[in-house]
Formats: sequence, C-alpha cells, structure tokens
Amino acid sequence: MQDYNEMLQFLDKDGKLSDDAPDIAHQFDTLLKLYKAMVTIRTFDHKAIALQRTGKMGTYPSILGSETVSVIAGAVLDKNDVFAPYYRDQGTQYLRGVTLTEMFQFWGGDERGNNFHNCKYDFPCSVPIASQALHAVGAAFALKHHGKNNCALVSLGDGATSQGDFYEAMNAAGALKLPVVFLICNNKFAISTPIEKQTFCKTLAQKSIAGGFDGLIVDGNDPIASYYVVKQAIEKAKKESIPVLIEAITYRLSDHTTADDALRYRTQEELDNAWLKDGVNRLKNYLIKNSIINQHDVENILSDAKTEVKEAVEKYLQIQLQDVEDLFDYHYANIPTILAEQKMELKNV
Amino acid sequence: MSSVTLIDAINLALQYEMEQDPNVVLIGEDIGLNGGVFRATQGLQEKFGENRVIDSPLAESMIAGMSIGMSTHGLKPIAEFQFMGFIYPAMNQIISHACRMRNRTRNRLTCPIVFRAPFGGFIHAPEHHSESTESLFAHIPGLRVVIPTSPERAYGLLLAAIREPDPVLFLEPKRIYRLHKQEIDNNGIALPLDTAFILREGSNITLISFGASIVETMQAAQELEQYNVSAEVIDIATIKPIDFETILSSVEKTGRCVIIHEAAKSCGVGAEIAATIAEKALTSLLAPIRRITGYDIIMPYYKMEKHNMVSTTKIVQAAKETMEY
Repeated sequence: MQDYNEMLQFLDKDGKLSDDAPDIAHQFDTLLKLYKAMVTIRTFDHKAIALQRTGKMGTYPSILGSETVSVIAGAVLDKNDVFAPYYRDQGTQYLRGVTLTEMFQFWGGDERGNNFHNCKYDFPCSVPIASQALHAVGAAFALKHHGKNNCALVSLGDGATSQGDFYEAMNAAGALKLPVVFLICNNKFAISTPIEKQTFCKTLAQKSIAGGFDGLIVDGNDPIASYYVVKQAIEKAKKESIPVLIEAITYRLSDHTTADDALRYRTQEELDNAWLKDGVNRLKNYLIKNSIINQHDVENILSDAKTEVKEAVEKYLQIQLQDVEDLFDYHYANIPTILAEQKMELKNV
Repeated sequence: MSSVTLIDAINLALQYEMEQDPNVVLIGEDIGLNGGVFRATQGLQEKFGENRVIDSPLAESMIAGMSIGMSTHGLKPIAEFQFMGFIYPAMNQIISHACRMRNRTRNRLTCPIVFRAPFGGFIHAPEHHSESTESLFAHIPGLRVVIPTSPERAYGLLLAAIREPDPVLFLEPKRIYRLHKQEIDNNGIALPLDTAFILREGSNITLISFGASIVETMQAAQELEQYNVSAEVIDIATIKPIDFETILSSVEKTGRCVIIHEAAKSCGVGAEIAATIAEKALTSLLAPIRRITGYDIIMPYYKMEKHNMVSTTKIVQAAKETMEY
C-alpha cells in the first residue's frame, strides 16, 4: 500500500482517466453528490470573503483549491468516527453536519458557531497549529477503550508538519496502536512560507516513517484518487487499529486569509497554472464527459448552492448577540464565586 | 482507618475512584510497572491493567493533548507530569484547549481532566525539579489549581478534583510527601474545592499559606504563642479560584496578615491575596500586609536553595513586626 514518494493519481488535470482506476470512478451517484458539495463549499467560501469585505464577518481563511479532498474526507468518514479539523477544512465539516450558518457564525466571532448540533462529538477547528492532532489521538484511545470500531481523523496543513505536536501525535498513535488517520493537506504554503522552506524532506508522507506507519501521497485535486486513498486509509486504520498518514497535494488558490495578499510572495503566473489543476473543475468535466450532467445541470447545481448559502447567510445575519452572562457561564460547570461577582460587575456597568 | 502519608493518600484516592468509575484512566511516564517516580501510582497497573494505567511515551504536550481527546470522548484521564518543571511543553494544550473547550463549544465538549504534578523545592534534586510556578496556572481562565497539605486533604481534594467536570491542576508538595502520617478513612468522601481550610484558630494575626510552606507556617504559629500572639492559620488549598470569604473574615477579625509561599514574590498568589484584602478589607487592617516568599530568582541548585526557602524564623519575625507596627 505504501509509497512515500509517488503521488497516486487516476484522473489527471486534463481529465484523462487511467486504466487501473478503482470502482469509485464509475460510481457516478457518489461522484455527483461530491461535486454538489464542492460547489456548495466554493460558493460558501466566496460569500464568506464577501461578508468579510463588507464588514459582516471577521478574518476568514479561504479553502479555495482544497475543496476536493476536504469534501471527500467528510463523505468517507462514518458518523461515529471523530473529526479533528484544522481551520481550513470547511468541506469535511460541512459533510459531517456542521451547518453553513454555524460556520458563518464561528468566523463571525461567535462561540456558538462551535456548538455543532449535528456532529456533537467532532472537535471545533483548531487554530494553534497541529495541536488538534493530539486530540484525535486521545479520542481514538477513548473509542478503542470503549470497544468501538471507529477512528479519529485529524486534518492538518503542510506547515503543521513542522510542529512538535504533530510528531508527538504520530509517535503516540503508533506506540499505542491507535486508529488515527493523519490527513495533511499540502497546499504548498503556510501563509507565505513555501513547502520548500518548511522542510528538507522530499515528501511529507515520509514523515510517517518516524511514527512507524504507512504514509501515502495522493493528488488531492483528483477526486477518484482522493476518495480511494482516504477510504483505504480509514478502513486500514479501523481494521488493524493503527495510524495511517495521507499527504494530499493541492494548491492554495486563495490568500492565506482575508488579511493576506499572496501576490507579495508568489506570482500570478504560478497561480494561473495552479488553476489548471483545480479539482472541482476536474470533477465537473469528468461528469460532463460521462454524460452524468450537462452544462444546464452545472448551472442548476450552482444556483442551488447559491440558494443554500443565501439562506444560511440570512439566518446568520439574524442571530442575536449573546447575553453578557454568556461570557462567564461556560468556563466551569460549577461557577466560582469570584466569576459570579465579576459577571455582576459587568452587568452593572 | 489507616495511617498513611500524603503520597499514600493520593494512591488510595486514585484506587478508590478507579474502582468506582470505569472511565477513570491514568496516563503518564513510568506510572505503570514502576508506579511513578514518587510511587503515587504504585500497584495500580497490576490491579487495573495497562489500558487504564497507561505508560505513555515521553512527551508532555502529548500527555496533555491526549488527555483532552480522551476527556471529550467519555474518559476521565488523570495525567501525571513527573515534575512541575516539565509541564511547560504542555502549556499550549492546557491553556489553549483543556481550559477553553467548554467555553468555545458552549458546553458541548468538556475536559474533566486532573493534571497531577509534584512541585516545590528542598529535596536536593537536579535543576528543573524544584519549581514553584503555580501562579502561572492561577492566571488561566477555566482551570482550577488545587494543592493539598496533609494526607487527609490529599485524599479528599483529589477525589473532588477527579469528580469535577472541568480540568484541575493538582499540585503535590513533594517535600512533605512522606513527612508525616495521618489516620484517614478510605470512605470515598471528597472535600470541597474552592474552599480554604482554617488549620488553627487565632485572634491576633492571620497567617495565610499553601503547599509545603504550611509546615513552617504552623511552626511559626506555635512559636508565636511564646510572645502572646494568637495566630490563625489558613491553608488556601485551592489557589484558583481562591476562597476569599474565609480569608477576608479572618483578616477582618485579626486586622493583621502575613502571606507565605515558596514561589517568587512578584505576581505570586500572595499578590492576589494582598490586593483583594486591600480592595475589600483595607479598613480592618491594623498593619501593612507582609509577604514571606521566595525571591524573584531562578530556583538555586540545591547547595544554596535553602536561602530561597521560607523559614519559620522569617515568618515569626514578620509576624512580630506586624504585631508591633
């Protein structure tokens, strides 16, 4: 299964399917669902940036360019698996059940956006880089301890692979033989730092050697290969109760966040070339080529996505502010006297 | 009833709660067959197995981070850090996640974890093994910081800490791990958190302390009797949040106060206590508040560490000066 150096790809950037493509290449119902989710997330993303630009939402990290593997991880995970996301993984979150309104709410500066109503045991996205990897390992321990045949999947960016917590998590998951999937989305940049300056390693997949387990590289913009690899990894982790690492190669087509200007550190030409490998377009063209959808359907899918996002925005904008009590009431189950006093102090201001 | 040391009492409390609650698991370095470097977990892996007493790889951030994932998913981990001086790699996990999870998910995910660590000096250990940096943690919203000073309180407060639905840092004064024995009843009854204990009643001066310094503080109170000074001694026990009700009513009664702790003076727990007394009971004071603490220095290596320790002499002298003010 493992190859630490070769990137697995079945559907290339020009839409050519290789002869040895797995079954998923012909499971068009699934692929169509994935495509619709990708379009929704891309539409959400576009709207989120617009809301930030008009002062209706805070700083936001766009997922543009990594929707493919992100959505696929959400589709493949079982409801009872545990997901520990990094902050640029809206696709997986969406298919796990995090609503678009909750996502707007979180990035709009409201803690209640993390109170996921449909996936109560998933972690909120982690901002301190790579720290969430250890939570996935702990959750996997708990799942195994309670005799459940589930896994934890943690997503990370390429920059996260330089962090100590990443190595500590891999090491512990290996040593304790825990079903953890480490899904690294290598979008080539950690803010402005290119992958070449992040590591001397030839690949990020090879870092799994340090943990003693398999590391795979997949074209994260190839929906066929991504689906195949993520599914294989999750099945292996559960069946053998061991960790697996995936390095999904994508490209960050956006700025790091709405507060960033990527043209300070990369060229328009590089960006234009990266667009040619985009996964969402690749899947669209593949579905058209196989007569699953036509141009008219493409427009309808986009229109449906816009409607869904519009409704989520309307809900988001109608949410009332929290009470000032809420700033205090969620720190402890048993609220200390001193905090109760400070709450009164603020209320009396 | 059995006569036990402070470290034995910790072992008893761990064992009691592991028997009662199958979700309680221990994680840490060398805590299994070896029973922990101070033997707090002695015999527990034999009794409860490797899945509940987990010998972890050597990585403190991992111990804290894994505990977070375990606690959000149905377990109640009790994590051991071998020494307080080795917690720092785990600070990000403790501050950014363990203490924030309830708040940032609006009660959806919670972290009922006990982080245990021995702290304090004067056991002639190598550098980094004698730290008293508890006030770093007393500054963190969402955390409780609990420090027992006797076998009885170690037993009762540890049970309370394990049963608390939020993270608790349980700091154990290792200098007095085996100082004396006390009869305790292994009945599973917890002591209250967020509550100070009046160890000795008195009417002239209030001596406030916690941790191993309680020993010198109690000796000083005894010695002050010779000078006809009746000293009240408060063991604040939970330094985050502090039970100011007990402190303020004592200081209002005595009008005088000396605060004693081993940690450095500036921004130490004593500063918080002094400030709150000044805010809320200034007019009761008959003399300025005094603090007897460690200096604002790096803990000296053991040949000179005694100079940075609080002593009965220093406390008695400060108390006498306060009385004569």
